[in-house]
Amino acid sequence: MAKTEILTGNYAVAYAAKLSRVQVISAYPITPQTSIVEKLDEFVESGELNAKYVRVESEHSAMAACIGAAATGARAFTATSSHGLMYMSELVWWAGLGKFPLVMAVVCRALAPPWSIWSEHNDVLAHRDSGWIIFFAEDNQEVLDLIIQSYRICEDERVLQPVMVALDAFILSHTSMPVSIPEQSDIDEYLPTPGSRRKPFILDPDDPLTHGNLTYPEYFMEIRYEIEKSMNSARRVIIEAGRRYGEITGRYYDSLVEDYRCGDADIVLVNVGSSCGDAKEAVDLLRDEGYKVGLLKLRTVRPFPFEDLRRICSGKRYIGVFDRNYSFGYGGILHCEVSSALSGIKVPIQGFIGGLGGRDITLDDYVWVFKILVDMADRGVEPKPPIWVGLRGVV
Amino acid sequence: MGGFKGGGLNMSISIRSLTLNEYLLPGNASCPGCPASIGLRMLGKALEGRYVLVIPACCSTIIEGPYPKSSYGVPVLNIAFAASPSAAAGIKAGFEVLGKGDIHVVVWAGDGGTADIGMASLSGAAERNDDIIYICYDNEAYMNTGIQRSSATPYAAWTTTTITGKSEHKKNLPMIMAAHKIPYVATASVAYPLDFVVKVRKAASIRGMKYIHLHSPCPTGWRFPSDKTVEVGRLAVQTGLWPLYEIDHGVFKLSDICKPLLDKRNRKPIEEYIKIQGRFSRISKEQLAELERYVESLWNEIALMIEKSKMSEGGC
Ligand SMILES: Cc1ncc(C[n+]2csc(CCOP(=O)(O)OP(=O)(O)O)c2C)c(N)n1
Ligand code: SF4
Ligand SMILES: [Mg+2]
Repeated sequence: MAKTEILTGNYAVAYAAKLSRVQVISAYPITPQTSIVEKLDEFVESGELNAKYVRVESEHSAMAACIGAAATGARAFTATSSHGLMYMSELVWWAGLGKFPLVMAVVCRALAPPWSIWSEHNDVLAHRDSGWIIFFAEDNQEVLDLIIQSYRICEDERVLQPVMVALDAFILSHTSMPVSIPEQSDIDEYLPTPGSRRKPFILDPDDPLTHGNLTYPEYFMEIRYEIEKSMNSARRVIIEAGRRYGEITGRYYDSLVEDYRCGDADIVLVNVGSSCGDAKEAVDLLRDEGYKVGLLKLRTVRPFPFEDLRRICSGKRYIGVFDRNYSFGYGGILHCEVSSALSGIKVPIQGFIGGLGGRDITLDDYVWVFKILVDMADRGVEPKPPIWVGLRGVV
Repeated sequence: MGGFKGGGLNMSISIRSLTLNEYLLPGNASCPGCPASIGLRMLGKALEGRYVLVIPACCSTIIEGPYPKSSYGVPVLNIAFAASPSAAAGIKAGFEVLGKGDIHVVVWAGDGGTADIGMASLSGAAERNDDIIYICYDNEAYMNTGIQRSSATPYAAWTTTTITGKSEHKKNLPMIMAAHKIPYVATASVAYPLDFVVKVRKAASIRGMKYIHLHSPCPTGWRFPSDKTVEVGRLAVQTGLWPLYEIDHGVFKLSDICKPLLDKRNRKPIEEYIKIQGRFSRISKEQLAELERYVESLWNEIALMIEKSKMSEGGC
């Protein structure tokens, strides 16, 4: 029987890694990820989890160690945040481009300067092109469920790419919520036997293979295309893994998006991460007042859910995209991606920027955002440059 | 395949006892007279194929040849420039959990990857005493990128970023590693391949972090004819510039080849080493004198370490 415990997002990560029977852990502490590495250390040292813990001197080394472990076929895990992810970046790309199946939790935190330990999504989104599957979690239950599913997805022979699960700093990482923890035996049955993976390759002196050597242009593009094929297959594998997970736990994750009351909506807001909860509340509130609004939560940013987005957004009066990140000189990163995904579909798209550096995004903020979209739709006005929500001194 | 027999201390081996199997394959992309290829070949014969290689960016990523072929007869993980020690630690951890802990994990890295960009990662692996063999083949510059200085480039040597000669001395990597108190540190030279093989085998018989610093005279970067690699390597040792020793569980041991050099009269003049290399062609008298002082202080330190080790062994 599954049991419910009150867990922070970070502990949900650690419990999920333990349930997944990870075999090699290598990580380096950074606020607000630290309690993940501490909890895992406790699991390993108490003997509850039979894994090797490589206590490295940096995140660059943490990912290198995970890559090395994955190259033997072992199940590897790490977690980081913000500056840790940026310091690790060279190896994050190495893992993605080299097709190393492993899983990493990233507690999203703003980059400095100025120093901040609070949430922002630029750290993760700076790695959206690195060949990683990227999930954003809305709550701690999703955190736990996604980490477990990630091992099934990354080790699937149709995928064999690393997976990142993003959770918001503090809002999830340090907030306690009830989390249902599945039975170990169910997860043992759900996931492949740890260490049984042979693809895409393993280091074996009896069958020597050189991974990653110099590649001339005549072969290079095909190697890149393999990754794209994996990403495309991942769309289906993610849905299959989420459906099977539902059969075991009753919690189904059988879509790359969550469609919250979008069906008959005129106005749809696209969003990721923890603040989707508030956005849903705003939808309910406004629905009661007669506004036909809905929320479209992207569960994956890579692979990007083109089809769902186009299906759900076509025929709407106005689309909003809420970004907890910024690309200076352009606007919100997801706004950019959603706009390109919806090209050819005649629908105006307005960007909103908010929650940077952990600034609260409240229920009222979302009500305000939806009302702006309704007003723009009613007046038939063209989208404006991204609107910064809650910016002091600006109306 | 089976591991090599032996593994005892003070092994003396003959070239005939080495396997005829080759783990560096013909047709590889090294320059003529390449020291790295001598080292890689001897490494293969020392461990007889029961190992995996971790290689950061360096000449040896070129020597391995382009995809879809490889000139290495053992599994290779290529990894980012600064990341080889930690990648090796991860491989070892993976092998151990999978019950394959008997496979040796060998980092094969250049002096730049070791002494410069990979230093933090190397120090981390040493402090953790990860069970890996780390070999730095030291050609005393960044050769892959076209002969730029590294912190292992010797004093007065020309490189493309020290065109009037380097003004600092070579970083003493083996001693930095010894300061980490790892179980085994050794220096070696491609000019003494059997000594290198013995040291690799000794490293393989020890659990924990092993560091071997392999002096590797590079005809392309040092500007000498490609048939003189061994000669230049021997002169480095015979002039006292590159002493061969081991630090086995803290005990310093001068290699037999170098024992006579404790007496400075047995050392060849540094000029003999300098004059056959284009990289020193513009060395001044003062610079030469400075190099002589450097050798002197190196050997004074060695004498002290021998004394210290004698004391710690019980004063015999
Ligand atoms: C992060 C990073 N910076 C720079 C480089 C470029 N680079 C590749 S090999 C190399 C020098 C390697 O020197 P060394 O380690 O001494 O090996 P060698 O080429 O001499 O064998 C440099 C600077 C790189 N690959 N990665
Ligand atoms: S530059 Fe020197 S070390 Fe590099 S391949 Fe050529 S000879 Fe070997
Ligand atoms: Mg070099």
